Amino acid sequence: MNTLLDISQVGMQFPTPNGPFTALRDINLKIRQGEFVSLIGHSGCGKSTVLNIVAGLHQASSGGVILDGREVTEPGPERAVVFQNHSLLPWLTAYENVELAVSQVFGRKMSRSAIREWIDHNLELVHMAHAAHKRPGEISGGMKQRVGIARALAMQPKVLLMDEPFGALDALTRAHMQDSLMEIQADLKNTVIMITHDVDEAVLLSDRIVMMTNGPAATIGEVLDVELERPRHRLDLAGDSHYNHYRARVLKFLHERHDKVGADPALGRAAVAPGESARACTRDTGEVVDAA
Amino acid sequence: MTSSTLTSGKILNWRLPRADGGLLLRTAALLALPATGILVFLLLWSVSARNIDTSLGTFPGPVAVWEQFGALYSEHQRSREKEAAFYERQRERNARRVAEDPGYEPKIRDYTGKETFIDQIRTSLVTVMSGFLLAALIAVPLGIAIGLSPALNAACNPIIQVFKPVSPLAWLPLVTMVVSALYATPDPMIAKSFINSMITVTLCCLWPMVINTAVGVASIDRDLLNVSKVLRLPALKHVRRIVLPASVPMIFTGMRLSLGVAWMVLIAAEMLAQNPGLGKFVWDEFQNGSSDSLARIMAAVLVIGFIGFLLDRCMLQLQRFFSWDKEITTH
Ligand SMILES: Nc1ncnc2c1ncn2[C@@H]1O[C@H](COP(=O)(O)OP(=O)(O)OP(=O)(O)O)[C@@H](O)[C@H]1O
Ligand SMILES: [Mg+2]
Repeated sequence: MNTLLDISQVGMQFPTPNGPFTALRDINLKIRQGEFVSLIGHSGCGKSTVLNIVAGLHQASSGGVILDGREVTEPGPERAVVFQNHSLLPWLTAYENVELAVSQVFGRKMSRSAIREWIDHNLELVHMAHAAHKRPGEISGGMKQRVGIARALAMQPKVLLMDEPFGALDALTRAHMQDSLMEIQADLKNTVIMITHDVDEAVLLSDRIVMMTNGPAATIGEVLDVELERPRHRLDLAGDSHYNHYRARVLKFLHERHDKVGADPALGRAAVAPGESARACTRDTGEVVDAA
Repeated sequence: MTSSTLTSGKILNWRLPRADGGLLLRTAALLALPATGILVFLLLWSVSARNIDTSLGTFPGPVAVWEQFGALYSEHQRSREKEAAFYERQRERNARRVAEDPGYEPKIRDYTGKETFIDQIRTSLVTVMSGFLLAALIAVPLGIAIGLSPALNAACNPIIQVFKPVSPLAWLPLVTMVVSALYATPDPMIAKSFINSMITVTLCCLWPMVINTAVGVASIDRDLLNVSKVLRLPALKHVRRIVLPASVPMIFTGMRLSLGVAWMVLIAAEMLAQNPGLGKFVWDEFQNGSSDSLARIMAAVLVIGFIGFLLDRCMLQLQRFFSWDKEITTH
């Protein structure tokens, strides 16, 4: 299959009061049509920066991104983003949130009734049709995230970019969302880049896992091809030796890398901000769900 | 079966009045404290009023003020009757003249009685709302522009900071002079005094709205702005669909502040410039210096305060109605 997205020699420096801060260097990644790629790495290593460069929300200091033969210079709906905290417009209902995107992207090409159908279809895809006329303030975190995904899918992007889409959800909801996402993915065969802190999530969903080294000047440390057959089921995979092998590889990478920033190897967890980074290493969430 | 139904019926019968009693008690408690506060205030007022002797007699207590409310209202009614009678007489006179001489063109003169207290209240309300609306028409677009553009913000900030603390009394002479220079029609549709008061109000209540709107716009969640960028919303749609609704809560906070400022400013401006309105009423009574004057001024003070309170409540209701962010609007 052909390369759809080509990230080549991307580097990023942020200007700070104490001189420029090099966040990323030498990021090279080719992504094929229909591929599901996860970015995993410790907090602050620069995952969001990579995603934002692909989205066009940041400009790379060096190198560039080519999507479908064209260089990325600004944000656009063909690179839809699902943000970590849903970022729905709080004054619009779920339906209207999706509508804003659909009418902006397809407003000229689709008739009114086609637009309405398309919005309904996408809300159904994420099982949110029943709450289409509720506002973000009236629905749960998982539901908001579903609407955010529906909004992104409805734009029919060439690449779907997801920045920790399930990071703010509880374990059970997250497992549901992962299953939903796999179903949708099996259907639509989108090209996806997803950032995650969750090793199980990465192995379960991805075709490839891109592991990033710690910052500053983070880059891609290792790329792991996940050749598990689809459809994948979390319960079956729990005892699967390949699955556990992949999982161990990612865990090993994360532990070795973060030893460098002074974590306690005996504890096997990051000595960084507990909420976010610990998730990458302590794999309780996945196991709780598996056991359930 | 029957017995159980009976029991539950009994329980219900027993419980309902008790629950009601609880509700009543709670409502009573809710009302009791403010009522006590008001009573204590009235008591302190009447006791201390008795001990203050002014050149216009003792300071009016609550009872004297209450009587003046009645007096002011009946004056208003009498004035209305006079006005009706005046127009009636004019009509009759004109009808008679036309009957005598069919070529006669009837003249209609306006009634020119003294404004009553109620008229002054109405004038003040109209003036404050006009000045406030004019300010909002300027301030909201300006605030949005400033909030969107850091460059414009840097350019406007010094001006806003300097003009914000200026008292209306300083503006008033300038406004009066400029209005008489620019608005020099012989028979003006709108009274000059009204325009003076209105513009003074506008100048003073512009700034809180500009500042709050600008802050609201500048502090919109980055993610929401990114959504707009990813969708490539055109500039106008971006403002209409994202920026404006996102900053509505802050805009209304600014409006509430502004309306409060506007009402205070207006009374002062009317007093100083003798423009019609409640301020003028207070000033006239002060100049008048009759034995009732202080009580009438006190009545005006209470009315001014009460209207200010009502205006604020109205803004709060509007804010609640238009805001998607229901949490910030509780007080
Ligand atoms: N606008 C900015 N200015 C300066 N430094 C920045 C800026 N944005 C990000 N950085 C720095 O770049 C590094 C990478 O940030 P980034 O947000 O990409 O990390 P991340 O991997 O997404 O972290 P997390 O997992 O916590 O979301 C961090 O050290 C951060 O402090
Ligand atoms: Mg991030």
